[in-house]
Amino acid sequence: MQKNARSMYFVSGNEPKMLQNAPVFDPDSIVIDLARRVPATEKDSARILVKEALRFLDYSNVEVIVRINPLSSEYGLKDVKTIAPVKPYAFMIPKARAEDIQALANLLSEIEKAQGFEEESIKLIPMIDNIVGLESVHSTINASSRVTAAFLNAEDLAADYGSKRTKEGDEILYARSKVSMACRAAGIEVIDTPYMDINDSEGLEMDTEKANLLGFTGKAAIDGRQVETINIVFDASLKQAAFPQTYI
Amino acid sequence: MLVTKTAQAGSTANSDVLITVSPSETPGIHLQLKSKDVVLKLFGEQIEKVIMDKAKELGADNVTIKAEDKGALDYTIRARLQAALERASN
Amino acid sequence: MKNAAGVELPEFIKGYGEVKPFAGAFAGYGQVRKVAVRLDSVQPGKTKLLESIDEAIEKVNLRDGMTISFPSHLRNGDYVINQVMEVIAAKGIRDLHLAATHIFPIHEPLVDYIKRGVVTGLSASYISPGAVAKAIMKGYLKNPAVLRSHGGRPRAIEGGELHIDVAFIGAPTADAYGNINGVQGKAACGTLSYGIADAEYADKVVVITDNLVPYPACPIEISQDYVDYVVTVDSIGDPSGIVSGTLSVTKDPVGLRIASLAAQFIDEAGYIKDGMSFQSGAGGTSLAVTAEVRKRMKEKKVVGSFAAGGVTGYIVDMMNEGLFRSVFDVQCFDLKAIASYRDNPKHQGMSGSLYGNPNTKGALVNNLDIMILGATEIDTDFNVNVITGSDGIIMGGSGGHNDTAAGSKLAIIVTNLIKGRLPVVKSKVTTVATPGETVDVLVTERGIAINPRRSDLIEKLKDSALPLVPIETLREMAERLTGVPKPIPFSDEIVAVVEYRDGSVIDVVKKPLD
Repeated sequence: MQKNARSMYFVSGNEPKMLQNAPVFDPDSIVIDLARRVPATEKDSARILVKEALRFLDYSNVEVIVRINPLSSEYGLKDVKTIAPVKPYAFMIPKARAEDIQALANLLSEIEKAQGFEEESIKLIPMIDNIVGLESVHSTINASSRVTAAFLNAEDLAADYGSKRTKEGDEILYARSKVSMACRAAGIEVIDTPYMDINDSEGLEMDTEKANLLGFTGKAAIDGRQVETINIVFDASLKQAAFPQTYI
Repeated sequence: MLVTKTAQAGSTANSDVLITVSPSETPGIHLQLKSKDVVLKLFGEQIEKVIMDKAKELGADNVTIKAEDKGALDYTIRARLQAALERASN
Repeated sequence: MKNAAGVELPEFIKGYGEVKPFAGAFAGYGQVRKVAVRLDSVQPGKTKLLESIDEAIEKVNLRDGMTISFPSHLRNGDYVINQVMEVIAAKGIRDLHLAATHIFPIHEPLVDYIKRGVVTGLSASYISPGAVAKAIMKGYLKNPAVLRSHGGRPRAIEGGELHIDVAFIGAPTADAYGNINGVQGKAACGTLSYGIADAEYADKVVVITDNLVPYPACPIEISQDYVDYVVTVDSIGDPSGIVSGTLSVTKDPVGLRIASLAAQFIDEAGYIKDGMSFQSGAGGTSLAVTAEVRKRMKEKKVVGSFAAGGVTGYIVDMMNEGLFRSVFDVQCFDLKAIASYRDNPKHQGMSGSLYGNPNTKGALVNNLDIMILGATEIDTDFNVNVITGSDGIIMGGSGGHNDTAAGSKLAIIVTNLIKGRLPVVKSKVTTVATPGETVDVLVTERGIAINPRRSDLIEKLKDSALPLVPIETLREMAERLTGVPKPIPFSDEIVAVVEYRDGSVIDVVKKPLD
């Protein structure tokens, strides 16, 4: 990514108020969700809304990522074709496999050419949200040079292996470690799953610190109020990181 | 774009607009705009223009457009109108 | 002529009189006089307790053309105005000037009295959106309404501009000889601050209560030496309209963001320190600022001097946990504030005059460091409108807005940059309530603007990471989202006169053209 994305704030692609207010919380990036946060009957309307929003609203201080529907659904490809011409920073791909990433990369190359955009100006962020995706994370993130980050969606992943999520997160320790190390080895950013209790700012702080220690470079936020805490934790860790090196 | 049936898009949530389009017997674009008085006074003409421009751009005709506005900005009005027209025409 | 807020005014307004143009926020200070009071002394043996409102109106000899006042803390629960006016109207008395403090939707029956000419003049510090505001906008009042701040109203009373013939004071508790308090009874509202000037300066004072107690009605707030008569009624108000159960901090993330930015600004400007004084409104965002300030005071282990204002339980909690040494209270907003005012000597009441009257030897607002205020609109000169909506229709009033802005060292406006489709930051506000020279900072979710007059603040925050921008930039941001609003066409008919706290005219409200 162009700048270090500490916070990645998710908003619904079908709610104008959230689209307008998203930059207010100073996230490094926002994820405009066309998938989970939009009901099936509103997919078409949300897609158009997001296209218009990207043209109209001032997102100059944030990276705009659009989370598309799974490519296996009837919506995924339409999402990309509608939104790519208004040039989001990246698409986030659920249930991503290496072949999906490659296919999308090719499609984007065509669109970029047609629109006169620079080659590879639109990035891809695979979402790691099922067991197969977790175990093939290495090949997925290396499938295209457009992949600049990966996002661990531990809610869906834990559901896939039949586990219950806890605030402490012991049940996702392996997944976190695996995804973060794969991404760090590939030299890309890695964004941790959101902390689901939006009213528990202390819990969020501890969870963010844990993600940071495990090698994540950023964390998802599902409420505007979470952004500041996440930014503060990652900023503090950057300052600390400079210190122990003198002892190595 | 031929409007063959009645269709809606948007919602009555704050900052959104609920647009209902339906076929009209008479040619042209027939607009009914509802919003708070203060919004109509300050921005009524602008909102009407946004709707008419977008409807014309999409080639809509013989259509009645009802817009129930909840403080939507121009981009939302354009998007909801396009979604409603697309839904009404296929 | 143009006043110092840049507003074009006539020299004379029919039904109001000569216009003294606003000449600057501090131009009115100097030597002033209060009027002498005429009263009928009460000799031993005389009783004050009357049978009915009707009898009281007979006794005070209410006649056409007089001014009657209704100072009230009962808000939208107030039954006093409606009960008294019903009797007055039935007696055929006409052409009255009604000097209220607050007009709420519950006062809708006034519209009929206005239309019938029973009420031909109206003044208040706050007129909520509703039927009475609409009637004023339609020009039904014979004379323009007059809007005064919480400090400006007692100033006008004490200076003789607002001479009250008869004051009707609703009392949650009273004794038969006219001592009253607001902390007992089923319509308990806490302090009775707004009625103190009325009690002291009206020719006649009638207390109306639904809780008559054996003499004396301690703790006495307004005492017997100011009261002519006492009348009992079944109910002076609806408790659910008087106080809120709980006022809570906003959950809206944007409001919380504004609050967080405001608190950080206050902190970086160096105002979170021992001995600090603080006031904020009871709106969700203002309360959120209070919550953020509380956090920072705790972190810094700061003990403040006082918190003031319309007081909520939240402020009481802050005093009780040692963050403020005391509270000054002009209006209790909830039951916790009422209980604290009743039970805690550190929770101090104050009259409207002590709160904000500029023609005194120092109102409390002069001691305020930090003041958090809202706005319906604010313009690029930092003038604030809290009186009319963007369509020019009355929907509020200064309350203590311009008093506290003038007195405090750091007056901060907190507001969303846009509300729905309406821009809050504009080139020109529809109605000026508070002059820009008394407003120091505007905090919105998309940026903070410091008034260029405060070069000290600009200097102090020059290296801040806060999103500081010129106010012009905020206006552009707002209009980029909403578009430029179409100017509202107004007629020349003046329906309300907006006085600044010193009695000069800062703006007028005109009837919109339809």
